[in-house]
Amino acid sequence: MAAVKQTVEHVESLEKYKHGFVTDIEQDFAPKGLNADIVRFISAKKNEPEWMLAWRLDAFERWLAMDEPDWAKVSFPKIDYQDSYYYAAPKEKVGIKSLDEVDPDILETYKKLGIPLREQEVLAGVVGAPRYAVDAVFDSVSVVTTFKKELAQVGVIFCSMSEAIREHPELVKTYLGSVVPVSDNYFACLNAAVFSDGSFVYVPPGVRCPMELSTYFRINAENSGQFERTLIIADKGAYVSYLEGCTAPMRDENQLHAAVVELVTLDDAEIKYSTVQNWYPGDPETGRGGIYNFVTKRADCRGDRSKVSWTQVETGSAITWKYPSCILRGDGSSGEFYSIAITNGRQQADTGTKMIHLGKDTRSRIISKGISAGRSSNTYRGLVSAHPKATGARNFTQCDSLLIGKHCAAHTVPYIEARNGKAKFEHEATTTRLSEDQLFYVMQRGLSQEEAVQLLVNGFVKDVLQELPMEFAVEAQKLVAISLEGSVG
Amino acid sequence: MLKVENLHAVVDGKEILKGLSLEIPAGQVHAIMGPNGAGKSTLSYVLTGRDGYEVIEGSATLDGEDLLALAPDVRAARGVFLSFQYPLEIPGVPALTFIRTALNAQRRARGEDEVSAPAFLKLAREKAAALKIDFEMLKRALNVGFSGGEKKRMEILQMAMLSPRFLILDETDSGLDIDALRIVADGVNALRSPDRAMLVITHYQRLLDYIKPDRVHVLAGGRIVASGGPELAHELERGGYERYEQAA
Repeated sequence: MAAVKQTVEHVESLEKYKHGFVTDIEQDFAPKGLNADIVRFISAKKNEPEWMLAWRLDAFERWLAMDEPDWAKVSFPKIDYQDSYYYAAPKEKVGIKSLDEVDPDILETYKKLGIPLREQEVLAGVVGAPRYAVDAVFDSVSVVTTFKKELAQVGVIFCSMSEAIREHPELVKTYLGSVVPVSDNYFACLNAAVFSDGSFVYVPPGVRCPMELSTYFRINAENSGQFERTLIIADKGAYVSYLEGCTAPMRDENQLHAAVVELVTLDDAEIKYSTVQNWYPGDPETGRGGIYNFVTKRADCRGDRSKVSWTQVETGSAITWKYPSCILRGDGSSGEFYSIAITNGRQQADTGTKMIHLGKDTRSRIISKGISAGRSSNTYRGLVSAHPKATGARNFTQCDSLLIGKHCAAHTVPYIEARNGKAKFEHEATTTRLSEDQLFYVMQRGLSQEEAVQLLVNGFVKDVLQELPMEFAVEAQKLVAISLEGSVG
Repeated sequence: MLKVENLHAVVDGKEILKGLSLEIPAGQVHAIMGPNGAGKSTLSYVLTGRDGYEVIEGSATLDGEDLLALAPDVRAARGVFLSFQYPLEIPGVPALTFIRTALNAQRRARGEDEVSAPAFLKLAREKAAALKIDFEMLKRALNVGFSGGEKKRMEILQMAMLSPRFLILDETDSGLDIDALRIVADGVNALRSPDRAMLVITHYQRLLDYIKPDRVHVLAGGRIVASGGPELAHELERGGYERYEQAA
């Protein structure tokens, strides 16, 4: 009860502060730093109902009492949480006015990705590009929500989280924080307090979502953190495939990206969630700049025979620290995790998954392909556990690491806990170095060194690439190539 | 076609080729025989541009063009093909994809159009059948789990598909039983033509019963120490390399 009382007090105190912020609401940045007033500012800016603000303030209180975790195999200077902006809405005067002002390297990347110029402008954040552009992309605000009407016809809700909080409060109240509790971990808790936007998807019972849903996230503003929050619910017998793409411009400062993604599947429902993450990885020589990608992604297979499949292609970020996981609660539910994590330059990645088998006859499958090049470090960390009641639980794990060059590192840290005698877990792991023999062989057949590396790497990651939706697979393949450019010789 | 003059090459700081000279005119097949460690494989790697095989003196030209100045992939596009003694496994890349990628890379480098998918498949079916390679096998990752004989046939298939001008066969007979040897040799012989030249590197005379050379050279101590007609191979089979090793 004490917690509730505290919350009430906070809501009351808010009334006093609110006025103080009336003028500030007009501005596009929240003041630098983090305190309860900033949390109120964000909530007010988004016209949130009071229950939402209370939720945020509660999270903020809890966050204050938490310590930043340090168990991952990554190292970075201590983050000063007061030296960042927690809300940045795009406004014309801070935007980029023409393509000429955009960093040529970024344009080059888009060109290589085959994104047409119009869309290129969108992704580069050019002001004056088509209207959907501003809605489409960046920083803290909004998501692409095209085809809304078509989706509404079959009852699928696809909108920004802010809109969902206003328009579908009952759904949000029921499911928000039900998979990743507010104080689950340090970064998830911070996200709960200051999350700015994200996507919301609800697929009603028996509906197979007629199209792939996708969101492009982009951090644009300087010194700003990005804290988006995504919630996807597949009701009984529903199916949806969701794609998430991420990009960010080059900055000398490190930017924090602490997102939370929650997936819920009820009986016989299925969610396929794919990510192609290409945040700015920092300077390959000095390691300056780049995104800290500290993300909590978790699925709750709440219903019997429900299924969640995570597929990720992680090529960007200075540091990636994430474990898209599945709680296999429903009997006969299944979880899959397919991952390609590429590190080059001075990037660090500590990523993997958790498959928590709670229900009977639950199944999980993990295929992880880690590629390290340059002076980077790439760690697979995964947990497979079976509860005493999860009889008949089965897991198959395959972790392959590929090393390119002599100065990179790959680590595999699997945790396996079987707490009943009727679970069957298999784990296979390999580490190989891209051999000079192979490279020469391929080059002798007419491929340049970079083409040869691409061919060999694409062969290495093929098992995972084929899990991606077609269009994304092509994009991912190109990304793999771009992120490994200059990694040999 | 190929002209090598006074070639000196160093591997790991050690001089392996010590003034090798060799000339193979278009339309001819030359065999190089020699004891282990004579520099046979080194010669094939130097001609194809492998890293770590450093030429410190001499020259190698193909139709007058300086080969040594070109990157390995450029040499391949110019028509230089090496059938490897130990073909490499390429996990996750189906043989068909591999060959098509290579063919198109070479064609692009020569300013030619990429080959269309139907034309490519038709050609692949034809060439695979001639080498008695099951077409289904070409859908598997190149050389992964293939037997020694299958790998060698796959090399010849690539050669037939890429249609090079100057071919090097490095110990192509090693690991082949007599039936496989015949199939491979037939494949190679089918590629003999007035505008192609071949260099056949082998330990044993056996292969040369099937692929008849115009000239035979003995490589020992990093140099060609004797040259002659096909009869030289028979002589070597009887007398061994000892005589030449002493000469070197």
